[in-house]
Amino acid sequence: MEPEPASKTSAIFEITGVTKIYQTGEVEVRALNGVELKLQRGEMAVLLGPSGSGKSTLLNIIGGLDRPTSGSVKFKGEELAAASDRELTLYRRNHVGFVFQFYNLIPSLTAWENVALITEVATSPMSPADALALVGLENRMHHFPAQLSGGEQQRVAIARAIAKRPEVLLCDEPTGALDSATGIIVLEALARVNAETGATTAIITHNAGIRKIAHRVYSFLDGRIASCVVNEVRIQPSEVSW
Amino acid sequence: MNPLSMLDRKIVRDLVRLWAQSLAVALVMACGVMTLILALGAARALDDTRTAFYDRTRFGEIFASATRAPESIKAAISAIDGVSAVATRIVNPVIIDITGMAEPATGMLISIPDHGDPAVNRLYLRSGRLPEPGRDNEATVIEAFAEAHGFRPGDTFDVLINGRKRSLSISGIVLSPEYVYAIGPGDMVPDQKRFGVIHMHRSVLDGAYDMKGAFNDVSLTLSRYADRKDVIARLDRLLEPHGGTGAYGRKEHVSDAFLDTELSQLRAMTQVIPPIFLFIAAFLINMILSRLIALEREQIGLLKAVGYTNAAITWHYAKLTLAISLVGITIGAVAGTRLGHGMASLYGEFYSFPFLVFSQKPDLYVISTLVTFAAALAGAANAIHGAVQLPPAVAMRPPAPTRYRNLFNASAGGFRLPFSQLTVMALRHLVRWPLRTALTTLGTALPVALLITSLFAFDSVEHMIDTIWFQADRQDATLTFASDRSGDAIREVSRLPGVMAAEPFRATAATLRNGHRSRNIQILASDPVTDVSRVLDREFAAIALPPAGILLTERLARHLELMAGDQVDTELHDGQGRRVLVPLVGVTNSYVGLNANMSRQALDRLSGRGGLISGARVIVDESRLDDLYAEVKQTPAIASVALQGISRQRFRAVIEENIGISITIYVTLAVIITFGVIYNSARIQLSERARELTSLRVFGFTSGEVSSVLMTELGVMVILAQPLGWLIGHTFSVLVAQGFATDLFRIPLIINPSTYAVSSLIVLSGALVSALIVRRRIDRLDLIRVLKTRD
Ligand SMILES: Nc1ncnc2c1ncn2[C@@H]1O[C@H](COP(=O)(O)OP(=O)(O)O)[C@@H](O)[C@H]1O
Ligand SMILES: [Mg+2]
Repeated sequence: MEPEPASKTSAIFEITGVTKIYQTGEVEVRALNGVELKLQRGEMAVLLGPSGSGKSTLLNIIGGLDRPTSGSVKFKGEELAAASDRELTLYRRNHVGFVFQFYNLIPSLTAWENVALITEVATSPMSPADALALVGLENRMHHFPAQLSGGEQQRVAIARAIAKRPEVLLCDEPTGALDSATGIIVLEALARVNAETGATTAIITHNAGIRKIAHRVYSFLDGRIASCVVNEVRIQPSEVSW
Repeated sequence: MNPLSMLDRKIVRDLVRLWAQSLAVALVMACGVMTLILALGAARALDDTRTAFYDRTRFGEIFASATRAPESIKAAISAIDGVSAVATRIVNPVIIDITGMAEPATGMLISIPDHGDPAVNRLYLRSGRLPEPGRDNEATVIEAFAEAHGFRPGDTFDVLINGRKRSLSISGIVLSPEYVYAIGPGDMVPDQKRFGVIHMHRSVLDGAYDMKGAFNDVSLTLSRYADRKDVIARLDRLLEPHGGTGAYGRKEHVSDAFLDTELSQLRAMTQVIPPIFLFIAAFLINMILSRLIALEREQIGLLKAVGYTNAAITWHYAKLTLAISLVGITIGAVAGTRLGHGMASLYGEFYSFPFLVFSQKPDLYVISTLVTFAAALAGAANAIHGAVQLPPAVAMRPPAPTRYRNLFNASAGGFRLPFSQLTVMALRHLVRWPLRTALTTLGTALPVALLITSLFAFDSVEHMIDTIWFQADRQDATLTFASDRSGDAIREVSRLPGVMAAEPFRATAATLRNGHRSRNIQILASDPVTDVSRVLDREFAAIALPPAGILLTERLARHLELMAGDQVDTELHDGQGRRVLVPLVGVTNSYVGLNANMSRQALDRLSGRGGLISGARVIVDESRLDDLYAEVKQTPAIASVALQGISRQRFRAVIEENIGISITIYVTLAVIITFGVIYNSARIQLSERARELTSLRVFGFTSGEVSSVLMTELGVMVILAQPLGWLIGHTFSVLVAQGFATDLFRIPLIINPSTYAVSSLIVLSGALVSALIVRRRIDRLDLIRVLKTRD
């Protein structure tokens, strides 16, 4: 493993005092309750925590899909909490790659086309074929999502997320719908992308076994980050015990 | 009280949730119901009223005129097998002079018995009374004429009876079954001011026209099993020696023929327009229900799993369909009834019935309701069937993923299509449901077609006006003599004030035959080359009338099954009763009536009497029109005058008003269909693709880019719909033009390019607005929710 970079590089995200309150009718849900977090450029972070602890909420705020109720989220010094809808759209388009539990592929487009969809509007993308090769799908490029297995679909989603060479790769339970063997393949793809493209990667999981592949592990509890552990030694995804 | 069952509550909730889509469909249905009620109700109103009025007034079934037939043959006519009543009369055209009106009006002066009602063609008294015996200056006038001049019983006006000016006193105002549609000579539409029908005692007219013991007009009613053809033949034989011009039935009776035309148009409308709406409504119901059922797939599985029967589930969705239909039926019934009353009063302007009630019999509404329910259920059937067919266990699993075909491949082979992936998404979705795409396209094409079919009337009428009044009958007035006069009379006409040009014509009644086909018409003869009034060939070029032979209008030639070069068996009703074969030398174009033209030379030779003219067509110095009118009113020799200039203005005004009304209706209908189809189509696409489109937003595509997927898909269908709509519109227009063609008039098929353009523009705008309403929803997509659910 490379020496861990977190201490040397600067923070790409600086998150301070972030709260998120969902108002549903009479009920007020405090999804985030004062989150403090710095993500370092190029690091791979794993966000752990029980269901409902606010992981997705935070990831969505980082990804520009949602705004915090209060607090500050700075991306390379720019305040996202104050950005307009249009600015957030451009931010997602130009800087963020997303991978979700349910792939969110376009069923009417082939694997290649799903990736091309994004590269067509990116500023300095890699070719869709290269992106698919990076996740080991060079032979499945012209298949439609319906013709691919779950793991393959998720790898298309990863290829799509990284093809635009994003600075940030946000993955919300990318292995949540997959069996362990397939999950490992997907994690390997993510680790490889992180290493080869240097994209700051955040992976949400509630599978504690995955934590050891990260540079840093944040544990969520009741809308706060309860602890942060730096892994002195990272393991390969293939070594993850599921 | 029986509280709503759970499923019924779901219907209410579904309706509330889908209110906009349901309303769009309901409006399309409403159009179907409205047009059905309107057309069917109006047709019935007209038909029932006509039958009742004819019965009550004993409207004739056979009509004939002669020059002068002795009253003694009346007995022979009555004796014809099948004749149940006979009325002999004296009928003559007159010129009416009304104080304050410069132009002369034309009138029909008709005799009624001095005592008692006529046996045929009775009058319906509206106000006042019939002339009293002994009061020779009393007359009745028809209501339309009286209303146009504000006449009441007791008022007076002047007429020129056989050259003598007479002041008549109105004893009563009447309606006549012969003049329900009262149209004057040379007119294309009724002009109530300029055409009057006057009834006076027979004894008065006997004296005025020197017709004692004679008649020149006869009407018959028949017994139920009479042989019409035989009666006509026998009547013709009886009248022949007395200048009979050929008997005819109601079919050729102008007033009744107009009513018939109106009725057949209404019936055609019933058969074409409501089905279009109901078809589109059925398709929209199918679209909405299919989508709803797809979304409720798991619920259906659950319901079945807990023991709801297929019948219960079918009934549930059927009820939802019926509920939507009920909204449409209610709106349609209210609108149809209101418009029906409007239509009835519009008819009241043109047709003089004692009453014209828009039929509101319940069966009309029952029929509309049943037809609409049936269409809606037919649309729902296969969607519901698909839902109940699913075994519960399968229904509760998500449906198999949609399979797309690798078409429009942007990277296919070495050949690159210039499509972005967003466009590819749109196109693949289109071809994935080809039937739905085709029907949506058709649904958008139909309003285009509907608009073309209604707008083309403008083009055609413009063309008609140009052809009739600027190419063919270019005279300002047609003066007809009381009886044929020598050719020298044209010089007298030329000397009338303001007359700049005068062309003589001779008119002779004739029967044209070819085998069993025959037709009573007027042969119009004029100089070989004319400048004022011209005969046009089918290419609208003026024809020089040949020295021999006859020219027939296309419709008349077709009716007689004759072609140029054939011989026409021609019988002249000029008192000589000659019957000769005349070569058909050409076919002419005319939009009004059935015409037969000859050169005067040819007709003279045929009749054996040369040099006669029946009247003249004149061009008048506009500034001296009033002088001419004044002179005509005092000239005994002129029996009637048709004013083409005024006819033209009146025609344009009436037609434009009518077309204006129908265009307002059709534009509304077209916009409603467009909205119904496009709005629903867009909503359903949005529903089906919410997940994909939201994902696109998540990946950083702007709302504009995301909606381009939807807009491309709709756009392709809407664009494809245009040429299809033009094609269908053209076809409909051909059918309408054919349907309108009667012996009285026909409408040319002229569709200007601008009509296609305007029709498309209206539909395109409607489609754009409908799509934009849906587009706003893309801005409100919930980005987060889509990430938490699977497909
Ligand atoms: N859109 C929302 N509306 C209301 N409550 C929400 C919404 N999204 C998340 N929550 C609530 O916020 C809390 C945190 O949710 P989430 O961030 O999804 O947790 P995690 O991803 O850690 O499972 C939960 O209690 C959840 O119910
Ligand atoms: Mg989550």
